[in-house]
Amino acid sequence: MHIAVCIKQVPDTRNVRIDPDTHTLVRQGVESIINPFDLFAVEAALRIKDDTDAKVTALTMGPPQAEEALRETLSRGVDEAVLLSDRAFAGSDTWATSTTLAAAVRKLADVDLVICGKQAVDGDTAQVGPEMATLLDIPYATLVRSIEWTSGGDLKVTRQTDEGIEIWKLPLPSLITVLKEVGEPRMPSLRHKMRAKKAQIPVWGAADLGLSPDSVGLCGSYTQVVRVFSPPRRSDRVFIEGSVEEQAEALYRYLKEAKVPGI
Amino acid sequence: MKAIVDKKKCTVCGVCSDACPMGAITVGETHVDISDDCTLCGICVDTCEFGALSLPQVGTGPEEDLGLYSGVWVWAEWRDGSVHRVSHELLSAGRMLADKRSAPLCAVLLGSGLKENLSRELITFGADVVYVVDRPELARFTDEAYANVLVELIRTRKPEILLAGATSTGRSFIPRVAASLRTGLTADCTELDISEDGHLLQTRPAFGGNVMATIICPNRRPQMATVRPRVMKPLVIAGHEGRIENVSVPDECLKSRVEVLEVIPEQDQTARLTEAEVIISGGRGLRKAENFALLQELAGLVGGAVGASRGAVEEGWICPSHQVGQTGRTVAPSLYMAVGIAGAIQHVVGMQGSKFIVAVNKDPQAPIFDVAGCGVVADLFEFLPAFIRKIRQERGETS
Repeated sequence: MHIAVCIKQVPDTRNVRIDPDTHTLVRQGVESIINPFDLFAVEAALRIKDDTDAKVTALTMGPPQAEEALRETLSRGVDEAVLLSDRAFAGSDTWATSTTLAAAVRKLADVDLVICGKQAVDGDTAQVGPEMATLLDIPYATLVRSIEWTSGGDLKVTRQTDEGIEIWKLPLPSLITVLKEVGEPRMPSLRHKMRAKKAQIPVWGAADLGLSPDSVGLCGSYTQVVRVFSPPRRSDRVFIEGSVEEQAEALYRYLKEAKVPGI
Repeated sequence: MKAIVDKKKCTVCGVCSDACPMGAITVGETHVDISDDCTLCGICVDTCEFGALSLPQVGTGPEEDLGLYSGVWVWAEWRDGSVHRVSHELLSAGRMLADKRSAPLCAVLLGSGLKENLSRELITFGADVVYVVDRPELARFTDEAYANVLVELIRTRKPEILLAGATSTGRSFIPRVAASLRTGLTADCTELDISEDGHLLQTRPAFGGNVMATIICPNRRPQMATVRPRVMKPLVIAGHEGRIENVSVPDECLKSRVEVLEVIPEQDQTARLTEAEVIISGGRGLRKAENFALLQELAGLVGGAVGASRGAVEEGWICPSHQVGQTGRTVAPSLYMAVGIAGAIQHVVGMQGSKFIVAVNKDPQAPIFDVAGCGVVADLFEFLPAFIRKIRQERGETS
C-alpha cells in the first residue's frame, strides 16, 4: 500500500502579531512549523505503516524552505518526500492548491490512500482535502478520529461530527482528513534523523506536474483577497471587583442586562 | 509572479515596504522594487494610497456567461426533524443580499421523509422558493450524494450565490460542490455583503483571528461561502410568502461510494458545544476531574454545555470531545465563561468569536483577560459556588 500525506508549513501562530502602526501582519522572525493537524496525519499514516508495511510519501506545496518540514516528517519515519515548488504556485487559493497537490498524487501513480490534517491553522479552511478528492475522483471522509480495516480490505473510519459519531466504510483509493484523536505524533528517532539528513528530496514544478502556468498559483485561483485588516478590538472590558458575593451579584446583573440566554 | 508596481503612480513613500510581511519591497530611486519573496498576499495593495500597487488577475476558468446566473441560494441544514439554526441565520443574510440584487432567495432542502413544515419554516425566514429533493438515499448524509444533487440543481438553475453553514457537514461537502463546479469557495465567513457590481464580499478571520480578510470570486459563478454559525442574526419575516418545489434528480446523482455503517448521536448534552448558547469552560485551574462537577452544575442551571482547555483534557479530567481551541472545537456561543483557563492563543482562537466572554481567574495577569469582555479576578472555588447560589436565589430555588 502507498499512502500520501499532505502537509503544510505554517507560521507558528503563537508568535504572529499585528503591527500596531500599520495594522498588518508581522511575519518576520516568526518561526515556521508543520501545521499541527498535519502531524496527526503523518502519525495516522505511520501507524498504518507499523501494521501493514505500507510506503508513506509526504507532499507539500511551498517555497524552497518548506523542504525543512518534509525532512522533519522523514525523521519521524516517513519513507519519501516530494516538494512541490515553483514561482508559478505563488498566491494559490484552495482550488489552485488542490489542483497542484492532486496532480502530484496522480504523478505518484500508485497511491491508495491520501491523508490530510483536518485543516491548516493559518487559513482554517478545511477545503483542500475535499477539493483534492473531488479532482482525483475518489471518495473521502473528513474529521476522522480513528481508522480500522474491514476484512475485505476497505477502510472503516470513525468521524467526529457536530452531532456525534459516524462510522463510514470507504473503498480504496480514498482520502481522509484527520483529527488529533488518531494518535499522539511520535518523536523523531535517531535512525530516521540520520536518514532524513541525507535524503534527496525531489522538487516538482508546474511543468513536472503537467500543469500549465495559468492553472496554478494566483492565475489558477478563483478567489482573490481584496482587503486585509485588523479585527476591531474589544475596548469595553470591565473588571468586576469586591467580595465573591458582590462579584457574583455584579456578574449576574451584567449577564442579565446583556440578555444572555439561560441566565 | 509578484505584485505589480505602476511606476507612474508610485511616489516612493515607502509605506508598502514597511507593511510587507515578507520584506519583499525595497525602496528604489524612482519607484519601489518587488523581489521574488512576494507571496501575493495583497497587504501592500491596501496600504498604497496612490493606487500604485496591484496583484495579477486571478483565473477565469472555463468560458461562461456570468450574466446567466441569478438568485441567492441557501443550503438548508436540518437534523432531528427541525431546521438548523444556522440556516435561519443564512436566510436572513441571504434576504439582504437578494434584495440588493433584486433577485429571489431560495432554500435547498435535501433529505428523506421531509415534512412540509420544514419548508414552511424556511419561507417564514425569508425564502421565496424552497427546492426540495426527497429521496431515501439522502436519509443519511454522504458527501458524494449531497454534493452531486446540489451540483445538479445549481447546473440547471444557475444561482449567483450559494451559502451554507460552516458546520461539520457544510464544511465537508460544500468544497466538493465548489470543486465540481470549478468555482471559488470561501470558508467560515463572519460577514457578507455585496458590491454594486455584484461581487459577494466575503469577510473571514485568518491567522487564528489575528487578521480579517475580505475575499471575492470575480470570474466564476456561483460565488460560494460557508458561514460561521451564530454570527448572523435570524429574522422571521411576518406574512412572507413563498412556494415549495419538489425537484426530481437523475438516479446517478444519488450514488455514493461511501457506506454509512452507523450514526451515533452524542449522548452527553453538555458536549454539544457547537450548538450551545452558553459554554462554561474549565482549565488547569480546576485542579482535578471532580471539580468539573461545579461547571456541570452551572451549565445545567443555564442549559449550557461544558468546555475545556487542552490542559484540562491532557490531564484526563474531561474527555476530548469537550475541548475548545485550535486542536479542539471552534465555538461562538452567546456566552463563553472561561474558568481557571490561562488563555493561551491556541485556546483563544477557538472561542474569540463568542458574543460575551467572561473570564474567571485568580491571576489578574492571565492573558485570558485580554479577550474577555468581563473579568472576574477571584478564586474559582469560592466564586463559582457563590455565583450558582446567586442564580438559584434569583429563581427562588434553594440550593
